[in-house]
Amino acid sequence: MGLKEKGVGFLDKITARAGYVNNWITVREADTSPDYGVLPYERGIIDHINFGVINLDKPPGPTSHEVVAWIKRMFNIERAGHGGTLEPWVY
Amino acid sequence: MVVQLHEVVERGRVESVVEYFKGRIYQRPPLRSSVKRSIRVKNIYEIEVLDYQDKFLMLRVLCDPGTYMRKLAHDMGLILGVGAHMRELRRTRTGPFREDETLVTLQEVGEALYLWRSSGDERYLRRVIQPVEVSTVHLPKILVLDTAVDAVAHGANLAAPGVALLTKNVESGKPVAIYTLKGELVALGKSLKSADEIARMDKGLIAETTRVVMPRGVYPRTWKTKSGSGLR
Repeated sequence: MGLKEKGVGFLDKITARAGYVNNWITVREADTSPDYGVLPYERGIIDHINFGVINLDKPPGPTSHEVVAWIKRMFNIERAGHGGTLEPWVY
Repeated sequence: MVVQLHEVVERGRVESVVEYFKGRIYQRPPLRSSVKRSIRVKNIYEIEVLDYQDKFLMLRVLCDPGTYMRKLAHDMGLILGVGAHMRELRRTRTGPFREDETLVTLQEVGEALYLWRSSGDERYLRRVIQPVEVSTVHLPKILVLDTAVDAVAHGANLAAPGVALLTKNVESGKPVAIYTLKGELVALGKSLKSADEIARMDKGLIAETTRVVMPRGVYPRTWKTKSGSGLR
């Protein structure tokens, strides 16, 4: 299986898991080079953390803002955010 | 959410007032608010009484983002004529996120991080953290050629020749997620054309890049600069 099939397969898998479906239209036949980038599920652990999201069960009490600050400190990362409504936790 | 009524009201009346809030509602953001305080129209798609005991009413609500639940509880109290306020609120779903097996507590995050740091075992951390792509599965998608990736990573808008494949639900004016052919999230954007139009185009802009996720330089730079060819 080519890298493109793996990439599309990954997106289809995570999309289906959340209850959605991708109906694809192929516009240009092409593959992707193994020389740059990486399949999302094969990221090294540091990249996995930096390009990761957490579906977090926030306890009542602390604000989302405070929880983000704790997560930043725990992981020692500069960039973290939250999305109550639209965006997820994007580091 | 749990709503506390200020006086006991007959169940039938509570249910009809709950029903009344289905559909379009008008809300003005509260006094202490970070947004402009003009009246906003929001949709309540589903509202259901899960439990009603004494003065406590537990509701499940499916609504537009930015709908004020506290306001909804207050307004129900006004219509019932007894007053009411919100006691508790829990978000059970947002975009593609639900209360499923991916939901983790801060405790679990802390333990997974500790295990990785102390023993180098990444497995728990990988269970607690999901790839960023998971947060965009509910969006229409455009996958771009390797040659188009870095321009978008630099914040450029996406042009038709860079598109490899896309989902049929791409619509003009609506959000899209832009990925590489490996399935890596490059950026979020706003589509300027429909899927059918994009499929037939061989030039011109098709999406506005609104939020870049991928760092610059992961994919090769292929566009030309004033100082000559940018091809490396």
